[in-house]
Amino acid sequence: MKPANNARYAAPMVLLHWLMAILIVTAFAVGLKIWSLPLSPLRLKLILGHKSAGIAVLLLLALRVIVRLASHVPPLPAHMSPIEQRLAHLGHLALYVLMLAVPLSGWAMSSAYGIPVVFLGVLHLPEWIASDPTLAEQLRWLHRGLNLLLALTIVGHAFFALKHHFFDHDGMLNRMRLGGSRSMEK
Amino acid sequence: MKPYLAACLLVASAPLLAAPIDSGQSRIDFTLKQMDIPMQGQFKRIGGDVTLDPANAAQGRANLTIQIASISLPTADATAQTKQPAWFNATRFPTAQLITSSIKPLGGNRFQFSGKLTIKGTTRDVSAPFTLSRQGALSVVDGTLPVSRLAYKVGEGEWADTDTVADSVLIKFHIAYPSSK
Ligand code: HEM
Repeated sequence: MKPANNARYAAPMVLLHWLMAILIVTAFAVGLKIWSLPLSPLRLKLILGHKSAGIAVLLLLALRVIVRLASHVPPLPAHMSPIEQRLAHLGHLALYVLMLAVPLSGWAMSSAYGIPVVFLGVLHLPEWIASDPTLAEQLRWLHRGLNLLLALTIVGHAFFALKHHFFDHDGMLNRMRLGGSRSMEK
Repeated sequence: MKPYLAACLLVASAPLLAAPIDSGQSRIDFTLKQMDIPMQGQFKRIGGDVTLDPANAAQGRANLTIQIASISLPTADATAQTKQPAWFNATRFPTAQLITSSIKPLGGNRFQFSGKLTIKGTTRDVSAPFTLSRQGALSVVDGTLPVSRLAYKVGEGEWADTDTVADSVLIKFHIAYPSSK
């Protein structure tokens, strides 16, 4: 067996993973609530919070990519066949692409509507798409479609992580466990 | 000779005749703040007439009619919402109207109007400075007028909450009309 620390993601990666997971699930749930509400003060307030959560995901993603490139990435369990490993990597790549595309599509939609995006009420983000109501409607559907893909990918991701941990008994969850090396029981 | 004289008189009095505004070149934009974030909208159909000769500004007057149904906001939802009873109640109050009572020269191409603005059946005194410029055959009036939306009951019930939509709305008017000779 390799030394325990080698089989784990670096602490900053673990932290970013769970922080972003919370933000994404929250942004998604608030997004669904927004979808269900008619135009009302509550809907506007939720949209405001939703946008900041989504932009936070975008900023953390940039940090996460840097940390991942700079830190140790534990190899996948040796019992996985090359094809399984390839699929796992493709799944992770899809997650990264969607974590970028989903908030970007939201930002693009707002921009095309001509509604400024102000991160946490202070940082005025650039409007990078000219006001265009038709395009805005299309981007709204793109945001929905990408969100559906993201949700399916996240469900698949969680399913396989749990399957590895509880059926294959390969300690998969320990790779991303919060709380440092002392929690390495396996 | 008689018809010629009549025509002369007509031409001579032209500056005092009200000129219908050029609806295609005129626009009314407004900026409102939604949770501190500025948002633009406009009214696309404006009618009315303006009489304004810079040399004789005190005789000037304007009477503008804004079609509420021509409102446009960033999203289709918001555009539809603003025609509802809580906002403009466009069915009961299809137009807003501005009628000036006086126009004062402020020097140069700057003037100040006072008048009455009627929105949603409520009339309030308003006054704002504006500039007058010539663009080809058109005279163009440009200015801004801050109004309190709540003074006109625009946004009632849950929408009266000014944390969501601020009370003050900045109206920007750009009115073009044929220049008198
Ligand atoms: C991880 C980031 C994000 C997730 C998971 C997410 C998720 C969602 C979901 C599930 C919906 C409901 C579907 C819909 O109503 O169309 C939604 C709606 C919305 N999202 Fe996002 N979103 C994210 C980022 C953003 C960002 C960064 C913005 C803008 C800056 C944004 C703007 C919006 C808006 C305006 C709506 C309402 C669309 C409508 O009017 O129906 N989102 N989002």
